[in-house]
Amino acid sequence: MARIELRDVVKRYGAVEVLRDINLDIQDGEFIVLVGPSGCGKSTLLRMIAGLEPITEGDFTIDGVRMNDVRPRDRDIAMVFQSYALYPHMDVARNMGFSMEIRKDPVQDRIDRVRGAADTLGLSALTKRLPKALSGGQRQRVAMGRAIIRDPRAFLFDEPLSNLDAALRVEMRLEIARLHQKLGATMVYVTHDQVEALTLADRIVVLNGGDIQQVGSPLELYERPANKFVAQFIGSPTMNVLPVTGGDHGVTVANGVTLALPHLPDTLQATELGIRPEHLDVVPAGAGEIAGVADVVEHLGSDTNIYANIEGLGSLMIRKHGNIPIRSGDRLGLRFQTENAHIFAADGTALRRATGSADKAESGHAPTRSLDSDPLAVLLEDPQ
Amino acid sequence: MAVARSHPALTVGKYAALLGYLTFALFPLYWLFKIAITPDQLIFTEGTNLWPSALTIDNFRTVLFQTDFLAYFGNSLFVSLGTAAVTTVIAAGAGYAFSRFDFGGKRLIIAVMLVTQMFPLLMIIAPIYKIVASLGMLNSLTSLIVVYTAFNIPFATFLMQSFFDGIPKDLEEAAMMDGCSRFQALRKVIFPLTLPGLGATLGFVFTAAWSELLFALMLISKNEAMTFPVGLLTFVSKFSVDWGQMMAAGVLALIPSCLFFIFIQRYLVQGLTSGAVKG
Ligand SMILES: Nc1ncnc2c1ncn2[C@@H]1O[C@H](COP(=O)(O)OP(=O)(O)O)[C@@H](O)[C@H]1O
Ligand SMILES: [Mg+2]
Repeated sequence: MARIELRDVVKRYGAVEVLRDINLDIQDGEFIVLVGPSGCGKSTLLRMIAGLEPITEGDFTIDGVRMNDVRPRDRDIAMVFQSYALYPHMDVARNMGFSMEIRKDPVQDRIDRVRGAADTLGLSALTKRLPKALSGGQRQRVAMGRAIIRDPRAFLFDEPLSNLDAALRVEMRLEIARLHQKLGATMVYVTHDQVEALTLADRIVVLNGGDIQQVGSPLELYERPANKFVAQFIGSPTMNVLPVTGGDHGVTVANGVTLALPHLPDTLQATELGIRPEHLDVVPAGAGEIAGVADVVEHLGSDTNIYANIEGLGSLMIRKHGNIPIRSGDRLGLRFQTENAHIFAADGTALRRATGSADKAESGHAPTRSLDSDPLAVLLEDPQ
Repeated sequence: MAVARSHPALTVGKYAALLGYLTFALFPLYWLFKIAITPDQLIFTEGTNLWPSALTIDNFRTVLFQTDFLAYFGNSLFVSLGTAAVTTVIAAGAGYAFSRFDFGGKRLIIAVMLVTQMFPLLMIIAPIYKIVASLGMLNSLTSLIVVYTAFNIPFATFLMQSFFDGIPKDLEEAAMMDGCSRFQALRKVIFPLTLPGLGATLGFVFTAAWSELLFALMLISKNEAMTFPVGLLTFVSKFSVDWGQMMAAGVLALIPSCLFFIFIQRYLVQGLTSGAVKG
């Protein structure tokens, strides 16, 4: 089992700094997801943990032992590559058992373990096939099988599902979650897909441009984003952000409407207001804080998405549960659930009261979650 | 990708073009063979006929049993195989380094290797002769291997590098995560996937060395060390050219090249790496 720590880690390619001041504490058995837009350094961070990329500065330890200069093979970590990286000239069984072959484990042992893993992953009928004779999903499973067969201290995944179609992605996501529950091993998982991040993670690490933006549980990131970037990156559909003028215990929206925000401090410094689509209520025209006209209305059955044009403000998105009888062109009023509003200073930092629970986001504990009672499930727009 | 069925006229045109090309490319080989089996007295009387009125294998018999052809042949085989093996080993190592590592001076080395390919061989034949002569290695097959190897390494290296570039880096990294050292990853994962590249490089260098004349002519003057292309010139005497025997020798000389390519062509067939990544 493994507790992974990164202290002041920096990565440079020549003069280019790709990662800065990375401090991260990954608990034994924790499922950590690294998310961020493409090019933000997720893969680089993962590859440094794997030992495939040298660490420029800082310390990286596993269970308290410094690992910076330890070869990948001696770190006892398994990795699932985005490309799967199956050995094309070996059949499925040999691919899966390759690590044991290299370790010179007893042959019978290897055969048994490969059989066991193949059974678990539903690959029993395919063990004699070459990778090229497998579908994308099957290759994915073989790649997972290759990782689990050796019972490593930690698993690394680099966007393992991004080459699969949507249905398979959901299926494999569940499978990875089950795997984590079953093995209880430390897992570090890279993705740019926030749905994967929110559904799988104990804690999410949001990266942008080489900096850690925030570390926290999915709910913490959703409810208390540390800045505008996290606020807009986490949550789907994306949070609406409006320019505002800060006032005393409230803000004034560009078209002159004032919103009272008694629960938030420092409203004077606010330059932007963030409100999630699900935290806007549709009320009859004339009521609510703002009046608008429905532009596009999407009826998804379970939800209704309304894109409303607001005079002097632009477009706002509203999402409501159920089927809301509104049609394009209807006039409507909007009410802000101000207790769920976020305000941001000019540099993008979220302005919020320092509460005990907010601090917890940085404290590095590993909350245990179960798959079926997930309050976030309701908040997510799952493509499936 | 569904391509619409092409017009029949287009198909006919395509095959006509292919046929035209094949005829153009293979006709000289056919002519070589035809003259080799034509009896001497008919060579000039039936010179332009597509098929001679009588056939003979006398030319082959003479070449094999009454000339030094077999010795030349053996020399050529030794030189060509030696060159192909040495060049391929060096080129594989260099190509792997160029493909996988970043090191100081890499661009410079590549530039220098390209520069060596820019000079006409005639320009350096005199200096090479001087060097080999002062080393006392004239008339030795080893000197030919050394010279051929030197000349073939740049191109062979670029060829091998492009084959290594075609093998995803992920595979080695996966192997290293699976417990291999870099060398084990190379041996167990990369090497089997490089066989087509090795085959192509071997074939290329072998053929180049097999048919090389210029250096062999300069560096070898003793009959017992002659390679086949030089030996072929012995069929040209002061007063006549023995066409039939020369062509028969030519036909025999094609055999190793053909065998070699039949042997390696299964490695040349692409697709060995397919299935490694997504797809
Ligand atoms: N070998 C390299 N040399 C120079 N820059 C690199 C190298 N590898 C990655 N980078 C840069 O590092 C940044 C982070 O890359 P990466 O970790 O692959 O991003 P992500 O996985 O988040 O999409 C990118 O801007 C990329 O251009
Ligand atoms: Mg990446």
